[in-house]
Amino acid sequence: MTIYSQISSNKQKTFFIFALFIILLSGFFYIIGLYYGNASSYLLIGLFISSCTSVISYYFSDQIVLFSVGAKPADKERHFNFYTAGENIAIAAGLPMPKLYVIPDSAPNAFATGRDPKHAVVCVTEGLLTMMDRAELEGVVAHELSHVKNYDMLVMTVVSVLVGTVSLISDWILRSMWWGGGRNDDDNGGNRNPLIFIFLLIALIIAPLTATLIQLAISRKREYLADADAALLTRRPKELAAALEKIAGYPIGMKTATTATAHLFISNPFKKNKKGNWFISLFSTHPPIEERIQILRTM
Amino acid sequence: MSIGIVLIGVAVILVLYLVGMYNGFVILRTRIQEALSGIDVQLKRRADLIPNLVETVKGYAKHEKEVFENVTKARASMMSAGSLNEKAEANNQLSGALKSLFAVAEAYPDLKANTNFQDLQRQLEDTEDKVAFSRQFYNSNVLEYNNKIQMVPDSIIAGMFGFKIAEFFAATEEEKKKVDVKF
Repeated sequence: MTIYSQISSNKQKTFFIFALFIILLSGFFYIIGLYYGNASSYLLIGLFISSCTSVISYYFSDQIVLFSVGAKPADKERHFNFYTAGENIAIAAGLPMPKLYVIPDSAPNAFATGRDPKHAVVCVTEGLLTMMDRAELEGVVAHELSHVKNYDMLVMTVVSVLVGTVSLISDWILRSMWWGGGRNDDDNGGNRNPLIFIFLLIALIIAPLTATLIQLAISRKREYLADADAALLTRRPKELAAALEKIAGYPIGMKTATTATAHLFISNPFKKNKKGNWFISLFSTHPPIEERIQILRTM
Repeated sequence: MSIGIVLIGVAVILVLYLVGMYNGFVILRTRIQEALSGIDVQLKRRADLIPNLVETVKGYAKHEKEVFENVTKARASMMSAGSLNEKAEANNQLSGALKSLFAVAEAYPDLKANTNFQDLQRQLEDTEDKVAFSRQFYNSNVLEYNNKIQMVPDSIIAGMFGFKIAEFFAATEEEKKKVDVKF
């Protein structure tokens, strides 16, 4: 697959994801509307919310994600190696200089965001900066910038905002049903149909599940592609392999990463031994890092 | 009548095709020029750092005249270099001269502890990287362009309108060794 077909497939995917998201969420609201006996106005609310979220996530998803992980802009003096690595790789790729951010977290990891190369953002953790030497850092930045160049980040960041929205809404609805359930009993008890209630439950489960599946559908192959691109840019695949090894070898997961942002990172920010995230391990967002390291080593 | 229309149609498509091809060459050639000016920016940045460096080192190591002279001479020839080959040559020369300057600096602990010196050294190393990366970008553009204008049928049009093969920016021997990517 050439780079250009990768770009257009990513753009198509983004469009498809928006369409799917709007249909899914509106349908979800419609079912809730059936439950309350006011289907059409709920459908309208659903359409409104999902379209707004789509527009917002296209234009502001990078800022939302940066905010959600608590990233701060990088400083040329303090983060000299990171800053110059960003400049250098942008020169090598012929892209405009990306905006650089640092997350105050000691677990090494990195991600990129931004809807096109002009709005590119590369973000690394403080842990990564202390652990990597210059060449390794360049490898990581090159991997991230390759994602931007291929428009992977358009899809991935948009999805992470959408997934976040879905989980927020289902959370909110679950809660309001829980607390509001008793009160409504007298008003429209006749409308209550156990079958609809089952539908509702399925929708509650299916919505976040589908969202996560979208997340899964997006991530794996492009990691290999970005690794290869990074090796081409830096001409040093071994250093990127070493960097990945260091990231994989670090025992503690990231504090600020969530289900919605996990797939953005260069390496899964949740560690296997972290309890309570069985959901994440069900849907692995990243190809096995050992495999990526091995491919890089044989280049 | 209908044969005439078909002929006109074919001619229009052919002309459009040729125009597209020509424009493609122009785009690639412009990209090469852009990439070349990218290299020039970095070479200029590198040259600008050197007087400062020489002054700083002189403050600690007055007697190493020959080293300073070499660096200054290499810088001057890089500034005046016109062709691509000359630039590459002068840039390599400067790298060599700087290497011996930093080797000399090793013998002066006070100099090595000077923050100004450390900063200059850091910036020079960084500019050297930037020269290498901008050269890589330039060369990949040249490769794409050269491939295109040498392949049939593009080569015929390229020849008619005088699109010539572009020069690569040569790396130093040492840097060539670093490149070990195989696909």
